Formats: sequence, structure tokens, C-alpha cells
Amino acid sequence: MAVMAESAVAQVKRSSMWTRAFESRNFLGAMFMVPAIAILILFLAYPLALGLWLGMTDTKIGGVGRYIGFGNFVSLAKDSVFWLSVFNTIFYTFAASIVKFAIGLYLALLLNERLPFKSMVRAIVLLPFVVPTVLSAIAFWWIYDSQFSIISWVLLKAGLITHYIDFLGDPWNARWSVVAANIWRGVPFVAITLLAGLQTISPSLYEAANLDGATNLQRFRHITLPMLSPIIAVVMTFSVLMTFTDFQLIYTITRGGPINATHLMATLSFQRAITGGNLGEGAAISNAMIPFLVAAILLSFFGLQRSRWQQGGRD
Amino acid sequence: MTTTDDQSVGMDYLESFPRRFLRVYFPLGLIICFLLFPFYWMAIATFKPDAEMYDYEKYNPFWIVHPTLEHIKKLFFDTDYPLWMWNTVIVSVSSTFISLFASVCAAYAIERLRYKGSRYVGLAIFLGYLVPPSILFIPLAATVFQLGLFDGNLALILTYPTFLIPFCTWLLMGYFRTIPYELEECALIDGATRIQILMKITLPLSLPGVISAGIFAFTLSWNEFIYALTFISSSENKTIPVGAITELVNGDVYHWGALMAAALTGSVPVVILYSFFVEYYVSAMTGAVKE
Repeated sequence: MAVMAESAVAQVKRSSMWTRAFESRNFLGAMFMVPAIAILILFLAYPLALGLWLGMTDTKIGGVGRYIGFGNFVSLAKDSVFWLSVFNTIFYTFAASIVKFAIGLYLALLLNERLPFKSMVRAIVLLPFVVPTVLSAIAFWWIYDSQFSIISWVLLKAGLITHYIDFLGDPWNARWSVVAANIWRGVPFVAITLLAGLQTISPSLYEAANLDGATNLQRFRHITLPMLSPIIAVVMTFSVLMTFTDFQLIYTITRGGPINATHLMATLSFQRAITGGNLGEGAAISNAMIPFLVAAILLSFFGLQRSRWQQGGRD
Repeated sequence: MTTTDDQSVGMDYLESFPRRFLRVYFPLGLIICFLLFPFYWMAIATFKPDAEMYDYEKYNPFWIVHPTLEHIKKLFFDTDYPLWMWNTVIVSVSSTFISLFASVCAAYAIERLRYKGSRYVGLAIFLGYLVPPSILFIPLAATVFQLGLFDGNLALILTYPTFLIPFCTWLLMGYFRTIPYELEECALIDGATRIQILMKITLPLSLPGVISAGIFAFTLSWNEFIYALTFISSSENKTIPVGAITELVNGDVYHWGALMAAALTGSVPVVILYSFFVEYYVSAMTGAVKE
């Protein structure tokens, strides 16, 4: 008995340093963070800093760059293609986000009704978001083909147009075409997330409003919208960020053409940096997106704070 | 947030069927047609012989008269498509598992060990989620090149976790938060180590969360495009989206049939997986937004 107790004491002493380390939450916490932090520092934080630096150099692919300060930004400021891409990005983001929000909210309200096969309908609605964007963009490319577009064919048969529409050859046609493809892809995301928000609104609120004789529109205006506004802010921030930095749709459908009419900042930076080999200039274009992104995030963050405060929550 | 499961009939019975049809079913049907049409068009073009595809006068473009497997055959035997498919599977599966492992550890440490400064690390990881790949790909290409990973699967396997880990960690933190502390305290008193607690209590209880994160991460990496386009140059190392765009277009000659076949067959695996795990997928998507 005594021997056993002795050996147990010895064992405790021997292992105490390790045990204490492993019971210390700070040490163990640090160990648990190692895999995630290692990957994120090496492939996220470091490249982010490297990108800021590259934007201030004249690095070319395969060469070492020289620090040129704001040289890239000065030459970009005189570059009409860059300004066109800024205009296109803003137009693309606003046009697509507004329509995505309108259709998405409408679709969410429709899906919130009592429906047969509701979960199946919801699963089908989300399909455009699940399927690889590039692959569905290929389908849009074919739909917008100048000779074999099905839209042109239908409109022609219906007698609405006299010759085929050149969807991707004319600057404004091309812009609206890619906006339409982006709306198609983004609506399911907005609709399903807003639907999740709608389902959290207690039906008793609507019943009370019904008893008070509220109309459909009043119930929407005074119950649905205020209850939904925090999630609307988050969803639309995500949607705006995704649209603003979009690359896949444009690269697949138009490659920035015709004559740069649909180039977004992301596609232009790819063209300059990877296709053209001017890493520094491309990085400067990507960096020029950062102020817009920060502004969008801050706007939604402070909007959320304000709406929380209005609803009587704590900060 | 809780979902209300309302079984009450409400005031629907006051509405006549034609009225309800006009207000709900008709617009819903219209939107669903708009959302599904590109898929229909993709499928039709995949099985349509070239003669019908380029002749709208003789054949109705909405239907196939003589369905054919010619495009799929061309895709599978005359191009590197099987290799792209293989690469996509390898890259998606590996990056998903790496991200899940790292995220489970990180989320457990942030949420349950609550080490000094864990709140700030959690916030920093969330900020990482907001960094879009399109501002990261140029310096990341330089990093990948420096590390000698350029033009290989490993370049993608190691870079995809940059957008998967922040997302998965954030989602899992939410799930871990719902598990009662008392369970862990009991286990601690019984002499379990932290790792045993994680493996035997926390993980099994948050399995739905882990599955949600895994499914979503898998589809995200299957769909990824800009990194794969930038870091991979030889045809046999490409993933499906990149291969389809770059290799199936010869100058001005578009092989529309093969392109559509690639789009369809590249989408089918994700859609099948999604159809089995719709609820998990939706909870991952909405969970990341709601927190």
C-alpha cells in the first residue's frame, strides 16, 4: 500500500511539468491554434502584406522589382482603361446588387408562404449558387452567342426584334448581359439567407397586426422589414463584397471585352499582372479595391450598430 | 435565433385558389424557370448532335431529335478531362480535410480553452474571411512560386484553406458555443484530458456542424477558379473549371458541345453531394451570415 502511494507521488512529480503545461489553457490553446495560424500567416497575412508592397514596386514576372513609391498609382490615374474598369465595377456592383436584393427578398417572401414540397423547392432554388460559377457561366456564354442565342431566336419568332441581338459585342449590351448572369447566380444566396431570417420572426406579431386590421403592405412595412433589417445588412454586405470582387463570370463570358467595356478591377489586374507580366501594376490595381471594400464593411458595421441600438439592444 | 415551426392554418383559407395562384405560385414558377433555364440549356446542348445545334430552322432548338453521346465521348477520350476531374477531387478532398482539422482545433481553443487573447484571434480570423481571393491572388502567386509549389496540386491544396479555415472556424465556433459547459466539467473531473474531451464529447456533439462545414468547404473548393487559373499552367494539372475554359477553346473555334458536356459533368458531382446534404449546406450558408 505504502509502496504504491510512493510510486504514485514520484509519478506525479515526474510528469508534473508536462501535465501542468498541458493543463495550462494558454499553452494548450497556443498548441491547438498552430495548424490554422501557420496556414493563415503563410498564405493569407504574408501575401496580403506582400501585395501592398508589390503595388509600390515595378516587379515583372521572373524579375526583381524596384521600389517606386506611388508610381503605379500615378500612372494608373492617367490610364483611361483603369478608370473605365472602376466605373464598370461600380456599375456592375450597384446594378446587380439592387436587383438581387429586390428579387431575393421577393423570392424569400414567396418561399415563406405555405407551399407543397417546400424543402424541395428551396433546394432547387439554391442550385445556381451550388454549381461551379465558371461552369454555369459557360452556359450563359452559349445563351449569349451572337449567332445561336436562344433569347434572340425566341424574340425573333415572337416578332419583337428583326435581327439577332449582339449580346457580347456591344458595350452596353455586354454590361447588362454580365449583370444578368450575376443576378442569376446571386439571387438564391440572398433569397435563402433572408428566408432563414424570415423564419425567425414570430407569427404572433402578424396575428396581432391582423387583429388590428393591418393590410399586407403595412405588415410588411412595419413588421417584416424592421425585424429583417439586421440580416439584410449582413447579407447585402456579403453580396456587395462578392460582386465587387467578382472575377469568374467576367473572365468566362467576356474576358473584359468588347474593348474593355466589361473589365472589372479584378479582371484588369489579372490581365496586367498574369497575362501581361506586370505584377507590380496588377497588385496596385487590386490594392485600389481595398478602400472600397473597407468602406462597404464599415458602412454595414455601423449600420448594424445603429439598428441594434434602435431596437434597444446593448452595443 | 430559433426557427418557429408554425403549424397553424393562419388566414390562408380566406384566399381563393385563383387569387393565391396569381399571388404565390405564378411568380414563384416564373422565378424558378429563370433559375433553372441555364441548366436545361446546358443539358440539352450536351446531348445534341452538332447538326441540330447549329440549325435552328430545321430543328426546334428546345428539343433534341437524335440524342447523342458524341460530345461526352470526345470530352472523356480526346481531352485531359479525366485528369482534371481527378485533380479537382484530390484538391477538394485534401483541402477540405486540412481545413476541417485546423478549424476544429482553432475553434475549440478559441471557444472552449479561452486562452489569453482568444477573442482577438477569433476576430482576426473572421476578418480573414472578408479578404477576397481577387486581391490576394497576385502576391499569393509570388509566394507559391517562391516556395516552389507552382503548377502542382499542392499549390491549390495549401492555398484553398486560406478561405476555408476562416469560414469553418467561424461556423464551428458557433456550434461549440451551444454545447453545455457542464459536460466538459464532468469529464475534467473524471480525469479526461482536453484532447479526450474534444474527441469524445465536443466533436460527436457538434457532428452536424462539422458536416455542414465540410460540405460547404468541399463545394467552395470544387468551385474555386482564380487561384487554380493563376497557379496552374500545364493541362494535366488543371481543375475542371480552369481546364474547361482554357483547353476546350482552340483560338476562335469553340467546341460548344464539349464545353457544355464539361459544364454538365463538372456540376453533377457537386449537385449530387448537395442533394444528400441540403439541410447541412443551408445551415452552413445561413450560419456564417447570421453570427
